[in-house]
Amino acid sequence: MSPLLRSILLVFTASVIGSLGMAFLKMGSAHLTRSPWSFVNPKLLLGIALFLFSSVFYAWGIKGKDAQLSVLYPMVALGYVWGLLWARLFFNEALTRQKFIGLGLILLGVCFVGMGS
Amino acid sequence: MSTTATTAVAPPHPHARRNSFLLVFSCTVLGAAAQLLIKTGMDHFSPNLLAIAFNIPLVAGYTLYGVNTLMMVLALKNGEMSMLYPIIALTYVWTTLASYTLLGEPSNFYKNVGIVTIVLGVAVMGWKRKP
Repeated sequence: MSPLLRSILLVFTASVIGSLGMAFLKMGSAHLTRSPWSFVNPKLLLGIALFLFSSVFYAWGIKGKDAQLSVLYPMVALGYVWGLLWARLFFNEALTRQKFIGLGLILLGVCFVGMGS
Repeated sequence: MSTTATTAVAPPHPHARRNSFLLVFSCTVLGAAAQLLIKTGMDHFSPNLLAIAFNIPLVAGYTLYGVNTLMMVLALKNGEMSMLYPIIALTYVWTTLASYTLLGEPSNFYKNVGIVTIVLGVAVMGWKRKP
């Protein structure tokens, strides 16, 4: 596997895990009360853990001379795409045409950036 | 956030809008700085605990990233998503420009068009339609 493809796959994986972490943070935040102990709830902790886990993949992806930040960082925007999917699956949020247009533009942009690598 | 919901709550402080705008804008600059630090730190990465603890760019980068995330949460609490989303996407612009100038990465047509398209996409996603 070429170093570039490896880097892209790592950042891609990080974007999936990170967006899943965000979804769990949202689920966990619903259980927050005025008590500081309410921070210790499984969903919030899982969200934070997934966030940290995703940053390991990301950091590994951008490591090295061949790993251009100007190519790999924009791919983090893929997280918005997965975020939309989780919003639909976990929170039953409506997928509007506008969101689809935004999603399409982000995917197109990530493709362009990839072509520039 | 719908306008019908916002009319029910107390009107925001007159400066609240401007403040969250400025806060998010600073976040985009800090966010890009964090990315650059993390990248620099990872390029000097060696897999032992002591080396990681003394990897100043890496530790500084992740600290900045953490502080930045908290600031963003604060800003998003008070500001309108539709106004703040396009600003948040500026992080992509700053990070790319800094990669070109400070890291010496090559700039090209596809990368630049890609960034503009991504920023547009994020802005469209956050855009609030008038009822």
